[in-house]
Amino acid sequence: MAMIETHKLTKTFKARKNTVEAVRGVDLEVRENEIFGFMGPNGAGKTTTMRMLSTLLDPTGGQATVCGYDLRRESEKIRKQIGYVGQKGGAEPKETGRENLVLQGRLYGMSKAEADKRASELISRLDLDTFADRLIKTYSGGQRRRLDIAMGMMHRPRLLILDEPTTGLDPQSRARIWDEVRRLRAEGMTIFLTTHYMDEADSLCDRLAIIDNGKIVGEDTPNALKQQIAGDIITLGLNMQNGTGAKVKETLGAQPFLRELQETDNGLQLYVERGEEVLPDVLRLLDHNGTRIRTVTLARPTLEDVFLRLTGRSLREEQSA
Amino acid sequence: MFKIVRDSWLIFGSALRTHLREPAWVFFGLFQPVCYMLLFAPLLKNLVGVPGFPTGGAYNVFTPGLMMMMAIFGTGFAGFAVIGQLREGVIERLRVTPVSRLAMMIGMISVALLTLLVQTLLLLVLGLILGFRPDAAGMILLILLELVGGLVMASCSYAVALALKDEGSLAAAVNLVALPLLLLSGIMLPLSLAPDILKNIAKANPLAYAVDGSRALVNGHLGDVAVYQGFIIFAVLAVLALYWVTSAVRKAAM
Repeated sequence: MAMIETHKLTKTFKARKNTVEAVRGVDLEVRENEIFGFMGPNGAGKTTTMRMLSTLLDPTGGQATVCGYDLRRESEKIRKQIGYVGQKGGAEPKETGRENLVLQGRLYGMSKAEADKRASELISRLDLDTFADRLIKTYSGGQRRRLDIAMGMMHRPRLLILDEPTTGLDPQSRARIWDEVRRLRAEGMTIFLTTHYMDEADSLCDRLAIIDNGKIVGEDTPNALKQQIAGDIITLGLNMQNGTGAKVKETLGAQPFLRELQETDNGLQLYVERGEEVLPDVLRLLDHNGTRIRTVTLARPTLEDVFLRLTGRSLREEQSA
Repeated sequence: MFKIVRDSWLIFGSALRTHLREPAWVFFGLFQPVCYMLLFAPLLKNLVGVPGFPTGGAYNVFTPGLMMMMAIFGTGFAGFAVIGQLREGVIERLRVTPVSRLAMMIGMISVALLTLLVQTLLLLVLGLILGFRPDAAGMILLILLELVGGLVMASCSYAVALALKDEGSLAAAVNLVALPLLLLSGIMLPLSLAPDILKNIAKANPLAYAVDGSRALVNGHLGDVAVYQGFIIFAVLAVLALYWVTSAVRKAAM
């Protein structure tokens, strides 16, 4: 059974006279017991989609089921089945970690004793012991994030939704969160997460969807997505001001080895077969027509390249944005 | 129904805990009424006996009005708390749980009402020392009326806070509404002293009825028509305000 299934899900916002189509017909399928990654440039509709799926926002159109329940008509039932950890976490800063956990459990109907027991269980499981009884506002970023995730797990949801769970964390804290997410999957949970990190998407997620301009532009396993870009990538650093791009395109466009060519801000990306054999030819051809090449790299395709090809933007730009 | 009571209690417990960790609240909220009691009420003493001034002595006229003022001004700023919670994602996190939306608001607003009750009792002690002599049964009813008024104002404050999402705008909005309500309610000086035009405008002010009612209560006129009017008007407004704030929190987002 699919844990999340959407069909032409849309959301439009009306701000005074403008209507903004934030999500324009998203079709997604998140299967039971997988770690599903959701990526996209800022403003692509990622957060809006997530907020709809976690019942925070009513969709404008389309259908969706979450944990088998209809998103429009059965949101109360969905809320009992899902755990949601937003970007800001949402723990009350003026309470301790333990107080937050216990209240969270009780809001899902647990008795005081049950909630106390479950909170203690999660505190030792996620290594929160040393700070669980301090006020949240004294926590470091990594401590805070681990508590947020414990909050989302408190009522043993079937589906855990994590919005950028590791953004801004140090490598050690990220690794701990990855371990925990994998452990949850091993125990049968389904995890739906957004991320800005390629390594996270690549090594943590079983399947990925990439959203751009409110639409899904790719959905598959990380490996299958990378294989869409057959062959290798030659990245040329060029001075793009004076029509260089057009000139290079003209020179290389007719070559049989070239599968695709894409302009970037500071050069060109060539998608080619057998890159190591082709590279000398590329350099020779460009040398002949007088193009000054600043840098050259040859690489196997990564998710970063998939992202760039599907959205026209690089994730690194997104992170700094 | 059981769920609403249970959820309200849980949210109230948590909100009270966070509130008590910053105990400055009682004193800030109390400072203004105490100032009025010590620095303004004595001015009224010389007005006793002036034609149109209500019966019962200066403190019996002023203290009930002051209590209504606390209900309006003190709880009017209750919505501040929710703006921080909105910013920290607390409201969003709660909205994903199955907690009853009405209970969520009742639980949070009850803390403002408890604060109001504590402040009122402290003010009552001060008043008794200075010469306030209320009817005992009337005083209990008066506190109840004040709390219903506080519920109206706190609910509106939360609803506006959820819409404006900014402390400065909320403060401006509260002052914009509360100040004219206050001046046209006869709290500072009885409206019986006012020119006819102000008296007529005040007829549209729900607070003016409650203030009249509150003065009747402290003097032991429990069956006075102003008492019924005050309670009915506040009760109706309370239901409307709770409905407003509950629909506001259903959609609340930063």
